[in-house]
Amino acid sequence: MPPKISPRQEIPKQSPRERSHNFNEVALGYAQQTAVAEAKRCLQCPDQPCVAGCPVGIDIPGFIRKIAEKNFAAAAKILKEKNCLPAICGRVCPQEDQCEKSCILTQKNQPIAIGYLERFVADWDSQNRRSDFGSLQSTENREQKKYSSANCKRPKVAVVGSGPAGLTVAGELAKLGYYIVIFEALHLPGGVLTYGIPGFRLPKEIVRQEIEYVKNLGVEVKTDYVIGKIKTIDELFSQEFKAVYIAIGAGLPEFMGIAGENLIGVYSANEFLTRVNLMKAYLFPRIATPIRVGRRVAVVGGGDVALDSARTALRLGAEKVYIVYRRSDEEMPARAEEFKNAIDEGINFRFLTQPMKIIGDEKRNVRAIECLRMKLGEPDASGRRRPVPIAGSNFVIDLDTLIIAIGTGANPLLTSSVPDLELNEKGYIKVDVEGRTSKQGVFAGGDIVSGSATVIAAMGMAKRAALAIDSYVKKI
Amino acid sequence: MKILHKKRLNKETTLYDLELPEIAGKAEPGQFVILRVDADGERIPLTIADFDREKGTITIVAQEAGATTKLLSQKKAGDELAGVSGPLGRPVDIIKKSRVVCIGGGVGIACVYPIARAYNDAGSEVISVIGARTKELLIFEDEMRRVSKELLITTDDGSYGEKGFVTDCLKRLLTRAKVNLVFTVGPAIMMAEVARVTRPLNIDTWAGLNPLMVDGSGMCGACRVSVDGKMKFACVDGPHFDAHQIDFEELIARQKMYQKEEKVYASQN
Ligand SMILES: Cc1cc2nc3c(=O)[nH]c(=O)nc-3n(C[C@H](O)[C@H](O)[C@H](O)COP(=O)(O)OP(=O)(O)OC[C@H]3O[C@@H](n4cnc5c(N)ncnc54)[C@H](O)[C@@H]3O)c2cc1C
Ligand SMILES: Cc1cc2nc3c(=O)[nH]c(=O)nc-3n(C[C@H](O)[C@H](O)[C@H](O)COP(=O)(O)OP(=O)(O)OC[C@H]3O[C@@H](n4cnc5c(N)ncnc54)[C@H](O)[C@@H]3O)c2cc1C
Ligand code: FES
Repeated sequence: MPPKISPRQEIPKQSPRERSHNFNEVALGYAQQTAVAEAKRCLQCPDQPCVAGCPVGIDIPGFIRKIAEKNFAAAAKILKEKNCLPAICGRVCPQEDQCEKSCILTQKNQPIAIGYLERFVADWDSQNRRSDFGSLQSTENREQKKYSSANCKRPKVAVVGSGPAGLTVAGELAKLGYYIVIFEALHLPGGVLTYGIPGFRLPKEIVRQEIEYVKNLGVEVKTDYVIGKIKTIDELFSQEFKAVYIAIGAGLPEFMGIAGENLIGVYSANEFLTRVNLMKAYLFPRIATPIRVGRRVAVVGGGDVALDSARTALRLGAEKVYIVYRRSDEEMPARAEEFKNAIDEGINFRFLTQPMKIIGDEKRNVRAIECLRMKLGEPDASGRRRPVPIAGSNFVIDLDTLIIAIGTGANPLLTSSVPDLELNEKGYIKVDVEGRTSKQGVFAGGDIVSGSATVIAAMGMAKRAALAIDSYVKKI
Repeated sequence: MKILHKKRLNKETTLYDLELPEIAGKAEPGQFVILRVDADGERIPLTIADFDREKGTITIVAQEAGATTKLLSQKKAGDELAGVSGPLGRPVDIIKKSRVVCIGGGVGIACVYPIARAYNDAGSEVISVIGARTKELLIFEDEMRRVSKELLITTDDGSYGEKGFVTDCLKRLLTRAKVNLVFTVGPAIMMAEVARVTRPLNIDTWAGLNPLMVDGSGMCGACRVSVDGKMKFACVDGPHFDAHQIDFEELIARQKMYQKEEKVYASQN
């Protein structure tokens, strides 16, 4: 008989009523005491099933043990050995499909809250770093000086894109003594972390701090640089970059191909979220970039992006927000926790519903969507049951704003400028297990290789590629 | 990102030379930049009206249409801009045609200028038609004259050149000259009219579109337009498209999407 295990520690949250009117973080994080109590629930299994579930192989029982011992600095050190963006992963990783899924306690439906603990340690560490900022900054400055004076000697590697994959490869290679320049198309680094995931799930200050950390390792970030336009990959090689890592994400919004998608008030989730997160349209008219959110908003899709869009619309003042998804809640790819948060906030779900056409008024404003009800049929290639339309079940949802969040594809802007880069039939870059592309010296990872995936998957690919890049550069 | 030189062209239009050697090194006719005046500012697209690879500069000409272009006009030579990204969009494929007509309206004259120049350099006979509401607002007359074999000018009020619209002038021109290609940049309504004139005559016609944009790299879809019934992203697939296939009505409606918000912003700032 195993010892009786106490229940999982809840994480405190802003109340749904309060948070649906602000962009502050929903989950407030563990207090020290709660974190220690949660850490003490860990059975420290000798075969460590949780570690196998982590795409970057964090020593999970190790850092949890240190929390239980109240040695948070040591916990942070263990965490950072394998994950240079723990404050981010602790917040956005789908732990329920990864480490926590393999936790032995899951059988009792109460796995260790590995994500919350990761977040606790990362936040503790950054607060401590900040309180100790003076001394740390001076060492970092010294480090940076050391790096910059040696910059001319350190081998140069270019990284295209500053999302989780780009930041990770840059951090890893900088630690190995490379001089890294990240080229980022937008005016702020961070990729989806900056322009996509809203602040109520991932505060921008945290993203900023994690980027600062990477910069302090001696990484240079050049923003407003669209590679493929201002420079080609071959031109980077002629500028003494020894290798190039492509981490441009899957930034091409997909539309449904139905009538009315260009009506006024129809957004891609990318545009909607970019206006709010990158351009800060939630502060309009204090800042210049506008956004239009009507009284009734529908979001098409069932992933994290759809939920983020819906919850953002709610916070911008929408009275009624629908999620329209063609499968059922079972098949929804969004994180379970965020699904629950969305329900608590009053988002309305219309499952088994497929939009057929978008209806506008004479001024071309969107007014409604006509939908068809679906039922679940046989499993499809993804293993999920295929939605099948029910003939004659058409009905209409009235709305003022429609956000399309049905996925993204490979943006061809850069890849089409590199003729000798092999792509798959969907336009994603083909690589081997270590991230090598068909073009010599060019490596790739993250969503532009895998298609839309997760932050941690992008980081895992980037870590493997960093080692491959290191051995490649050493050989040339 | 320094403004090296600034020149007011008329009461609502200003020319700027920007120090951007890397963009100047790559710019081709028909491309544009996305610019932010200050750190939290809007991203606005502006055409590269000229570039000088040796000096490392690009020239932009902005009409003060609203808040951000007005803010830009308050900057002085020597000031820095928060950010400029480019060169964006597809360059125009300059293939020599015997006779090319370049039509610019308003600030669009500065946008069509690099295209007219490129066709002239390629050895085409360039006839340009430029128009403005009134004489005071006509820009780039000398520049256009230099790269055109013939320059026709119209003003709505007849204060300079012929009275009327560029399309009136174009119609007359088409009765006396055989034209292989028409290129037009200006207000959407003007480009739609140009397309209407050339469509029955089957003259290959291209228009430089100006939809709303955000990123300018194909990531958001704000700039989507319908061309031949298909959805295109103007920032990466364009901004120039076959004018006979463009849904101009949709473009015009979409450009007005934030009119209310723009007024709110203007009244508060
Ligand atoms: C709204 C939203 C919510 C999400 N929620 C979660 C979540 O909760 N948990 C989770 O694990 N995952 C989530 N994801 C998925 C996750 O964010 C991505 O899988 C991850 O960001 C991919 O990382 P990446 O580095 O490959 O690319 P990205 O983060 O997409 O970054 C790519 C960067 O490259 C830049 N770039 C593109 N083209 C060029 C070019 N030509 N030149 C220079 N730079 C270029 C882009 O501007 C961008 O900054 C979410 C995604 C979205 C959109
Ligand atoms: C490819 C391209 C090239 C362009 N080249 C030039 C140029 O060389 N010179 C020039 O004066 N103008 C050009 N424009 C238009 C210019 O971008 C807009 O006038 C400018 O963004 C207006 O911003 P504002 O804040 O000053 O005015 P606002 O008050 O925001 O808007 C005034 C009007 O300008 C248009 N507009 C607003 N925001 C945008 C935006 N982000 N993108 C496009 N249009 C917008 C709208 O129709 C709006 O009603 C170009 C547009 C595109 C797409
Ligand atoms: S401006 Fe965003 S896709 Fe064209």
